[in-house]
Amino acid sequence: MKTWPEQFLAAAAAMLVLTGCNKPAAGPDASADIIKVGEFASLTGSEATFGQSSHHGTQLAVDQLNAAGGVLGKKIQLLTEDNQSQAGQSATVVRKLISSDGVVAILGEVASSRSLEAAPICQQNKVPMISPSSTNPKVTETGDYIFRVCFIDPFQGTVMANFAGKRLQLKNVAILTDVKSDYSVGLTKFFKEGFLAAGGKIAVEQNYSGGDKDFNAQLTAIKAANPDGLFVPGYYTEVGLIALQAKQLNLAFPMFGGDGWESSSLVPIGGAALEGDYFSTHFSPQDTTPAVQAFAKDFLAKFHEPSDAMAALGYDSLMLLADAIKRAGTTEGTKVREALAATKDFHGATGNITIDPARNASKPAVILTITNGGFQYIETVAP
Amino acid sequence: MTEFLQQLINGLAFGSILALIAIGYTMVYGILRFINFAHGDIFMLGAFAGFYLAPKIAALIPLPSIAGTLVVLGISMALCAGLGGLIERLAYRPLRKRPKLTVLITAIGVSLFIEYAGQFFFGAAPKKFPDILPVWQVTRIGGLSLNSNQLVVLGVSLVLLLALRFIVLKTKIGTAMRAVSFNPEAAALMGVNTDHVISFTFALGSALAAAAGILWAINYPSIDPLMGILPGLKAFVAAVLGGIGSLPGAALGGIIIGVTETLVSGYISSTYRDAIAFAVLILILLVKPSGLLGKKEIEKV
Repeated sequence: MKTWPEQFLAAAAAMLVLTGCNKPAAGPDASADIIKVGEFASLTGSEATFGQSSHHGTQLAVDQLNAAGGVLGKKIQLLTEDNQSQAGQSATVVRKLISSDGVVAILGEVASSRSLEAAPICQQNKVPMISPSSTNPKVTETGDYIFRVCFIDPFQGTVMANFAGKRLQLKNVAILTDVKSDYSVGLTKFFKEGFLAAGGKIAVEQNYSGGDKDFNAQLTAIKAANPDGLFVPGYYTEVGLIALQAKQLNLAFPMFGGDGWESSSLVPIGGAALEGDYFSTHFSPQDTTPAVQAFAKDFLAKFHEPSDAMAALGYDSLMLLADAIKRAGTTEGTKVREALAATKDFHGATGNITIDPARNASKPAVILTITNGGFQYIETVAP
Repeated sequence: MTEFLQQLINGLAFGSILALIAIGYTMVYGILRFINFAHGDIFMLGAFAGFYLAPKIAALIPLPSIAGTLVVLGISMALCAGLGGLIERLAYRPLRKRPKLTVLITAIGVSLFIEYAGQFFFGAAPKKFPDILPVWQVTRIGGLSLNSNQLVVLGVSLVLLLALRFIVLKTKIGTAMRAVSFNPEAAALMGVNTDHVISFTFALGSALAAAAGILWAINYPSIDPLMGILPGLKAFVAAVLGGIGSLPGAALGGIIIGVTETLVSGYISSTYRDAIAFAVLILILLVKPSGLLGKKEIEKV
């Protein structure tokens, strides 16, 4: 298994040479006045609303930059590939973007598992990659070409642990983790550390696998442990069903989770069962900061739907890249990488972003609650 | 004790849906000696039929209502029955005289075709299944939460299983089905139209799968084109566990798998749920290779 990526790359390189012979015109002169940026996203499949939102945000950034004359006098061309929310697809499409399209940078993905598939490929090819919203620490640990514009799970886990302990006054919390997702497992770990350190207790830990539909067994066991709150660091598809089944089993305590909850599909599935639950995320259009308001207004005007965190992060990922390319004065991978690493106090739609030495974004989190079928802003927590 | 009873109810509700799907596998096997791997996808199509029918039915009968649910259930069962018959006619009948393996591979092909055609036509993103059945006040008996949906699943499954038993044991077509299952050549010599019987079997099995799809979607209202894969696999295992070819066996197998999975994830580990449930299957098959209620078959050489 270890050698096949190399074999694949060799084959891909050979193919490039062949196609290069056939089409000499597709060289540097064809791309002289455009900058190609590759994006891989879950446009369809189980996390489709994440991919769609993120893609819309990125698209908005491209349109705004090109309308203002582009970057370094060149127009930005966004090449988007769909990985259908499936494991294995991201690696394939990112290889294609790098080797056959020759993009200068890669943007993606929302899900940490899928960013982790693409990161080694970008690192190998020395193509800078910016993940808009993968919060698992392992993503940027892959190498020095991998960045992100969102906060990471230790911060998010700690924020939720503090919120549960201090604001909700919870003492004894149950956890329901998606063991198939790096994101969920990571968030559980950091929440647990933070909550235990603050003197709280974990009543019971239960697991499920992404794609499950029946959670009655786990929820019944959780009910028997008699906790005063339930932490569900999963994605919206399952969270909605978990909330429904918890309601049917008469679980009378609040549920709370991370940014995986934030989707326009969460409330249609979970409905009234989600009322009064909480989650942490990157952005709220109800935040009154001018940068947030400007983005929210433009997004609404272009797509006729309210913006969300994934959209704002998708927007910021491209804006951060454009900023770095401008400062580098070139689209060359190594220079862009250095400029990205030197980003300081960049004013994004999701707050002020400083890239730290581990190539993670140091920035605030917001906490939302679900009331009357909508998301309501509660507070912003600084790093 | 309350927790145990609650887990038992959860398991029964989950298991009875598996039982409905498992019966489709076992019926087709009983007659054709072949596993119809596309069966789980008919289950998915049943749920999607309900998804697209519900708004249309709602214009005539206000939803959520029991009458409306029965109409949605009836029409999507009829649609899937037709589809099941059609698949048999187009994909399997031309291969009737070919080796069993050819038909088996075709079934896998049909399954993949339905899944990806479904992604193309319905979209891959999960959809919210509309609330077609009114949810009654959750009943609490000594800390037990009995949810009306779970009771409906149990009730409808039981009614459908009894109806099926009636069809197979008391009607003319049922007698013909048993005759074809026993010996197709002899049945044909006795004037039974085997093609007709086989088509009917597929239609009947598909109707049950569609009913399971609707019941599943009422309980877990998030549906997508790949939703049939895992329940289909588990139902297949249930059919083998109960003794493939045996109708009560399939029902029993479904219930056993459902209850085991629920108890394992409730009391031991939700991570190893499937692993332990499948280990139980292996143990049972080691002791009783033909399944719990299966008849031992003597292979003629």
